[in-house]
Amino acid sequence: MSRRPWVLGVVAALVFGFLYAPIGWLALVSFNDSRSLSRVTGLSTRWYVELFGDARVLDALGLSLRLAATSAVVATAIGTLAAFGLRRAFPGRGAWTVLLSLPLVVPEVVLGVALLGFCVKLAGIPLGFGALLAAHVAFSLSFVVVVVRARVAGLDPRLEEAAADLGASPLVAFRTVTLPLVAPAVAAGAAFAFLLSFDDVVTSSYLTGVGSTTLPVFVYAQAGRRGVSPEIVALSTLMVAVSAAVLIAGVLVVAWRARRASPASTFVGSGRDQGTRPTGG
Amino acid sequence: MTEQPVTGFHPAEGRTPDTFAPVEVGLHGVTKRFADQTAVDDVTLRIHEGEFFSVLGPSGCGKTTLLRMIAGFEDPTAGRIELDGVDVVGVPPYRRDVNTVFQSYALFPHLSVWDNVAYGVKRKGVRGARLKQVVGEHLELVRLDRYAKRRPAQLSGGQQQRVAIARALAAGPRLLLLDEPLGALDAVLRKELQIELMRIQREVGTTFLYVTHDQEEALVLSHRVAVMNAGRLAQVGYPEDVYERPATRFVAGFIGTSNILDAEVSGVDGRWVVLDAPGVTGLRAPLNGHVIRHGQRVAATVRPEKVHLHDLADEPPTGWCVLTGTVRDVVYAGVSTQYVVDVPGGAELVAFVQNTHRVADAGSPGQPVRMAWDPDFTVLLGSTPREGLDD
Repeated sequence: MSRRPWVLGVVAALVFGFLYAPIGWLALVSFNDSRSLSRVTGLSTRWYVELFGDARVLDALGLSLRLAATSAVVATAIGTLAAFGLRRAFPGRGAWTVLLSLPLVVPEVVLGVALLGFCVKLAGIPLGFGALLAAHVAFSLSFVVVVVRARVAGLDPRLEEAAADLGASPLVAFRTVTLPLVAPAVAAGAAFAFLLSFDDVVTSSYLTGVGSTTLPVFVYAQAGRRGVSPEIVALSTLMVAVSAAVLIAGVLVVAWRARRASPASTFVGSGRDQGTRPTGG
Repeated sequence: MTEQPVTGFHPAEGRTPDTFAPVEVGLHGVTKRFADQTAVDDVTLRIHEGEFFSVLGPSGCGKTTLLRMIAGFEDPTAGRIELDGVDVVGVPPYRRDVNTVFQSYALFPHLSVWDNVAYGVKRKGVRGARLKQVVGEHLELVRLDRYAKRRPAQLSGGQQQRVAIARALAAGPRLLLLDEPLGALDAVLRKELQIELMRIQREVGTTFLYVTHDQEEALVLSHRVAVMNAGRLAQVGYPEDVYERPATRFVAGFIGTSNILDAEVSGVDGRWVVLDAPGVTGLRAPLNGHVIRHGQRVAATVRPEKVHLHDLADEPPTGWCVLTGTVRDVVYAGVSTQYVVDVPGGAELVAFVQNTHRVADAGSPGQPVRMAWDPDFTVLLGSTPREGLDD
């Protein structure tokens, strides 16, 4: 192996090609100036212009962004509190921990049906933003709890004792020591919650109301009804760009914090955070 | 347990304040019971202002629990903890004028050295120029002013330890607690920081309560030492008291190397207790106010460096305790040579001989040898490890 490094290079190229060729093709075709999806005749931004002239697309994009941001804030707040709650020993802690991570393994189709039944038939929440928000908070909460809990569990309790020893009341100690130390995990949890919500089709498709369609559901419906059109391709490219931007921003922030802490730091480094991150989707 | 009187002979001149300020820390019958064991058992202790006081004991003896109760992290099951005469049991740690140097340092990894040291000062509401001055002074005190902008992870273990000391002292405590602060450092660094700690304590004058399992560290650093065993205080005194006149077999064995002989009281001769032990002639110990009775089973101990080795032909000084045995091991250790001698009755005695003469003068394995020591150095102990003698 070491004598033939090009073999490794070829394999790596094949894997990355397999992963990124469809997305690269998608991005390329979105700038095509003809309707063809198989032949690039020239470059233009006409599909994007058309896209932004379409009120339905703008509505769906607006709803998706609002929904993703709101559900990320709510899920992160509840999830962080839950992660700290699970730090203390109390009867049934094990059961609560399992219950909080169960939605990670429940099939989304099932979750959608359950939420539809519960929200609409039982709780009387009308379809649309409210129902979507409840659903998105429900399924992203587990991710936030898992990510933040890993960080909280790794906290040295002596640090909080040291803060108390130096005169910090519990509230001040939390604000000045505990929270800054778990902040990277909270940010990662929030980014995950945002992306999970922004990308979700299955659960959302059950709960969208008239005039309140999320962007992924809109794309799915359009593609299903009329086939893949250049507008849809442009829209899909845009969604990939938004998701990638959130992810890259997260990685950069973690890398920046790690460098600021120390070149050799193992404590605030990115390794621990990324190691405990579940893979989304 | 009675405390040693404060007056009297104390060779470490200048280390001890002539007259101690009023009691700063008072522990009264402090006890801590966990579900299955008693970690601290009825500890009564007084620590004076400006003292460097050490609690010395093996791991698991309860010394860290004692420290955590004074800091406020644990509440005693029974007893009072007084700081400046005020009972602080139930007062949370953040309202006590006590700061801790943790064994693991517990520096805040997300804050710079400067911000770490400033943490406790800020909590007192100090801001602006005064804050800068206090932090600057304490960074200078531990000689880390050049590292103010670094993160803890960018410092060596010894430097981190000094940040921890500066951080705790900057908060301006009445009492500084140190929990095995040098435990994680290598031998050379330990020695360096010991001297550093002594300098700092003399400079700031804050009362130090130092917990360690390292007997040499405790003897070198402290004004007074409390030896702790199985949750109880075995002895409290000046370093030389604890070393030269151990109160129990445990203390004698834990601090330094001790020769212990089982003996029986056969009488009192003036200020001497006359003892019977197999193979020893003229075994005597100073009475030192002990209350003993004829025929009582006791133990006698003598430090190895007090024991002289003689050829069988030599006559030891009159009135000395004398014992004949066979050399089993000779261990050369640079400054001194250690002789392990088998004595009648199955015991073994150790003698340290300063290497001021040529080596191998005093004997080699298998050779019969005579051991002798001044009876003033014999110390009387109870026959069981924890038992002291009545005074």
